[in-house]
Amino acid sequence: MPFSRLRCNLTVFFFDELPTRFPMNPLFRFIAELQDVSLLLWRSIISLRHGPRYFAETLRQMDMIGVGSLPIVLLTGFFTGGVLVLQTYPTLEYYSIQNESGRSVATSLIRELGPVLSALMVSGRIGSAISAELGSMVVSQQIEAMRALGTDPIRKLVVPRIAALILMLPLLTVAADIFGLIGGGIVANYIYSQDVQVFVESVRNGISTKDIVGGMIKPLFFGLIIGVVACHKGLSTRGGTVGVGRSVTNSVVTASIWVIIFDFFLAKALQYLLDIGRL
Amino acid sequence: MLADEGNSVLPLSDDVEFSDMEEAVDAPERIAPVIEFRDICLAFDEKVILDGISFSVRRGETKIILGRSGGGKSTIIRLILGLIKPDAGRILIDGEDITDYDEPELMQVRQKIGMVFQEGALFDSLPVYENVAYRLREQGTEEEEVDAEVRRMLRFVALEDAIDKMPNELSGGMRRRVGIARALVGDPEIVLFDEPTAGLDPPTARTICELAIKLRDLHDVSSIFVTHEMNNLRYLSSEYAVIDENGEVRFEKEGERLCMINTEIMMLRDGKIGFQGKDEELMRSDDPYIRTFVHGK
Repeated sequence: MPFSRLRCNLTVFFFDELPTRFPMNPLFRFIAELQDVSLLLWRSIISLRHGPRYFAETLRQMDMIGVGSLPIVLLTGFFTGGVLVLQTYPTLEYYSIQNESGRSVATSLIRELGPVLSALMVSGRIGSAISAELGSMVVSQQIEAMRALGTDPIRKLVVPRIAALILMLPLLTVAADIFGLIGGGIVANYIYSQDVQVFVESVRNGISTKDIVGGMIKPLFFGLIIGVVACHKGLSTRGGTVGVGRSVTNSVVTASIWVIIFDFFLAKALQYLLDIGRL
Repeated sequence: MLADEGNSVLPLSDDVEFSDMEEAVDAPERIAPVIEFRDICLAFDEKVILDGISFSVRRGETKIILGRSGGGKSTIIRLILGLIKPDAGRILIDGEDITDYDEPELMQVRQKIGMVFQEGALFDSLPVYENVAYRLREQGTEEEEVDAEVRRMLRFVALEDAIDKMPNELSGGMRRRVGIARALVGDPEIVLFDEPTAGLDPPTARTICELAIKLRDLHDVSSIFVTHEMNNLRYLSSEYAVIDENGEVRFEKEGERLCMINTEIMMLRDGKIGFQGKDEELMRSDDPYIRTFVHGK
């Protein structure tokens, strides 16, 4: 059977009330889900061509995602930077290059840990909230009501959330990076008695503009992944309140896995395109 | 006085003037169906839901759809709204074939349809005012006009006092009535009721039916009323609304003097139409399935 004939599982298209034709076959289920996600993304992109556009809703989501997630992202960044220095300093000291601890923490944070950990935190906090909200709207027929009232749920609900995630995640990542460096500096200074000036100098020598650009590009993709997966899981909710719980779990797990998988391929692509990560 | 553009009833006795009403009933715009199903088939995987369903609803007419749970009643409403597509057959709304319409085209069609959901389906993060104003806000209507229309609709369902309440503060019946007010904003030509009285006490269910009768008889709205409650059928098919000399809405029963012609019943059975006709024919039917459904034995 050609993939185009796999039945759509998404409530916003709702060509079928039942699960896909191959509920027991993991491969077909994966392909059908990929088809749903791609359709949702495509519909989101083409809906940008015409109005109405929901700027107020996008701003509200930006506030919820950006300002709302700031505390957990800052805490994560701060303690990750701290633990990086805590763990690497003795090894660097063994090779008598402890003055490079700033470089080590800056490179790890800005290239990898900042974007990935921020994305995982946002996936847990925001991805779950989005899928729970949309899932509840599905089971209480609010999505159908919205369509019946002549509103496209993709324009009204999906696009603002994805746009807000794409815009806010890079900013959150920058904040996490800065707090990570502060955390690393505090640990280096207070626990290993390293001079702050030495740490800062090491950080400045360790990162380049390309690192920062690369570290900002990754969260753009991660925001897209979290947004599309969370919206898809929410809108394809089945089975009442139990189904909402299942959608939330699936959303967080799926988005987190995709973030980690994509991180590898993005790192390789950025290494090739921006010449990052080569000595 | 019969304050009715929709001509809900025809006079039966000689002393009532009915030539004008006959003319109005036969007018082409009244005969042309507002909703038309032509041989609609729909199956979910192996399960056949609708099998060659054809019917039409005229302007100002109410079609009551009866049938057991899971029998495809609500599916018909979803098909009219274009929320799902049929496997075969054509659907016409106001003479326009919407079967192959894409989502943006369907959005335009949905503007002329109001939908009342079983549980109200109110947006639970918005107060009553914003729920009712939703369609107008989406259309970018001026605030003054929105305010006037919302108050008018909430007055129609007798819920003006609940304007600032949140949906979770409302009783089941109030939620349905807000759902009706929301569906009626913008004066749609068609209103679809999907089991609006399910789970409600008899007086509240009666209130919902009265609203549907008022829409049919005083506002010339075509509607589909999905239900499996015989009380609803009795109210809708035997009572009509009139405005008395004091300007008050009054509900009268059809009888020897007047016979209602704008309410028809359709019963679904195993995906097909098991019965289509007037309430009197339904009540007189000898079909065992219909007798069990109507009389409970």
